[in-house]
Amino acid sequence: MTADGPETGAPMPAGTSGGTALLHARGLVKRFGAIVAVDDLSLEVRPGEIHAMIGPNGAGKTTAIAQLSGEMKPDAGSVWFDGRDVTGLGADARARLGLARSFQTTSLFRGFTAEDNVAMAIQAGTGHSFHFWRSARREPALRVPARALLDSAGIADRAEVRAETLAHGEQRQLELAMALATGPKVLLLDEPTAGMGREESVRMISLLSGLKGKVSILLVEHDMDAVFALADRISVLVYGRVIASGAPGAIRADAAVREAYLGSAA
Amino acid sequence: MVELPDIGRISRRQAVHLGALLFLLLMPPAALALDEPFYVSLGSRILIYGLAAASLDLILGFGGMVSFGHAAFFGAGGYVVGILFQHGFEGSDFLGLIPGSDAALIVWPAAMLVAGLLALAIGAVSLRTGGVYFIMITLAFAQMLYFFFVSLEAYGGDDGLSLYGRSRIPGLDLSGDATFYYICLALLLIFLGLGVRLTGSRFGMVVLGVRENERRMVALGFPTYRYKLACFSIAGAVAGLAGALIANQTEFVSPSLMHWTRSGEILVMVILGGMGTLLGPVFGAAAFLMLEEVLSTWTEHWMVVLGPVLIFVVLFARRGIYGWLVGREDEP
Repeated sequence: MTADGPETGAPMPAGTSGGTALLHARGLVKRFGAIVAVDDLSLEVRPGEIHAMIGPNGAGKTTAIAQLSGEMKPDAGSVWFDGRDVTGLGADARARLGLARSFQTTSLFRGFTAEDNVAMAIQAGTGHSFHFWRSARREPALRVPARALLDSAGIADRAEVRAETLAHGEQRQLELAMALATGPKVLLLDEPTAGMGREESVRMISLLSGLKGKVSILLVEHDMDAVFALADRISVLVYGRVIASGAPGAIRADAAVREAYLGSAA
Repeated sequence: MVELPDIGRISRRQAVHLGALLFLLLMPPAALALDEPFYVSLGSRILIYGLAAASLDLILGFGGMVSFGHAAFFGAGGYVVGILFQHGFEGSDFLGLIPGSDAALIVWPAAMLVAGLLALAIGAVSLRTGGVYFIMITLAFAQMLYFFFVSLEAYGGDDGLSLYGRSRIPGLDLSGDATFYYICLALLLIFLGLGVRLTGSRFGMVVLGVRENERRMVALGFPTYRYKLACFSIAGAVAGLAGALIANQTEFVSPSLMHWTRSGEILVMVILGGMGTLLGPVFGAAAFLMLEEVLSTWTEHWMVVLGPVLIFVVLFARRGIYGWLVGREDEP
């Protein structure tokens, strides 16, 4: 799909605000036919912060994540990551640079054990996989860190269980462990507490707050408790546009946000 | 389901492996003792088709890519042997460049190389697609190759090409059916051994990961296309070796080697034997060829019986004959 790119789609001059932001989206546009899913979206994730993106259903959050991760090409606009323009790179290339993501609907290797899932993710971050002889399941370089990550995700005792038989909350924790396993600089988390019960959700929030300062996170979330507990900054997306962006306190007080979004929920 | 007892301390899986190996090792002397030498050549065909089917299992069972054109590589390997043999016989050069040969140590690796490169080329295009399109495009490529050889009059066209003997290995006489049988067995065992290592390696894990969830693999940073293409090419090369062996076994090559029904037969062997088990397709090849042998003496429409058997396997024994023999083991 070609787009008559709006002026906002111009590339970001290197060395300006790119110096402080790890991930920077500039004027992203995505249309599906007549529907504009993402409309001139600009957003940045700074080192060490948790930046939450909230908005009502259909606001374009998942589309935005898909464009940031590289699964979807924007019709206009650019994505800068770690000081370089990655707009033309595919999802796998961006992942290798350190831009990891999790999925809204759990995306695992269902027939693998939990440990195999994490080991697969670690393997992704350790060079090419054209090794044909040595058993990957007996490689300490993969198995030891995999155990450690399962441990820090709180599911070490489930290491040998097939992913498809894990409880939903455990699957989400596994998904997080996998996203972390590649050693990313920025993590795109698409609704990590989706479908979770209260208790599971609280556990996930505490896991995420433990990551604060260690890895930069762009968090898409519906659970407002999670958002206000975790986020350093919040951007509010409505009809594909950022209508407000700022600290949690400012967002809570913002009249436009209350009307467009929080008003119905709060 | 029949419960086979565990024998001593070895597992049921090991018992099946050991039993199959003993059977394969002792089959030729037993057949000769019974004065039924025909069974040795049937055994060779089973081993050769087992090799082709096991190679397809790398793509189909492990990679989750349903290729309907595997016979293209099988046939290509056969034609490498046939064409080089013909030139060796005439003392001429292939394309005026490459001298003919009947030395197995040259011709068989050449068959693997040609089939592997062919798989690289076909895979490079086909793997851009997925699902039904992948099935159709691999089928189309194989049929293209089939019609290419049908019209290639210089090498027999539709009638095929007769070889005046088998390839030569110094110190061995391959014209003896038992010797040739053991060569096939050795090559099959080598491939199965390498295949077990391969599927457990980092590369193998990537291929399995692609089958399980390709989108996730991409999100993790794997350039999945490259790995799929490598897997496809390796499988093609091994199918080429199987083709080289079948050309030797029958001392004849023809376009029918790469007809789409042949691709279908190899596919059926994999499904019958058990996908993603590597060893299963060998059992599948054995079942298929023996069924053909027995039933075709009664009726030429023996596929009428095979059809329901296959439907039964697909519906009720998803892990095929092999899965049924070794019982439940939840290895991915």
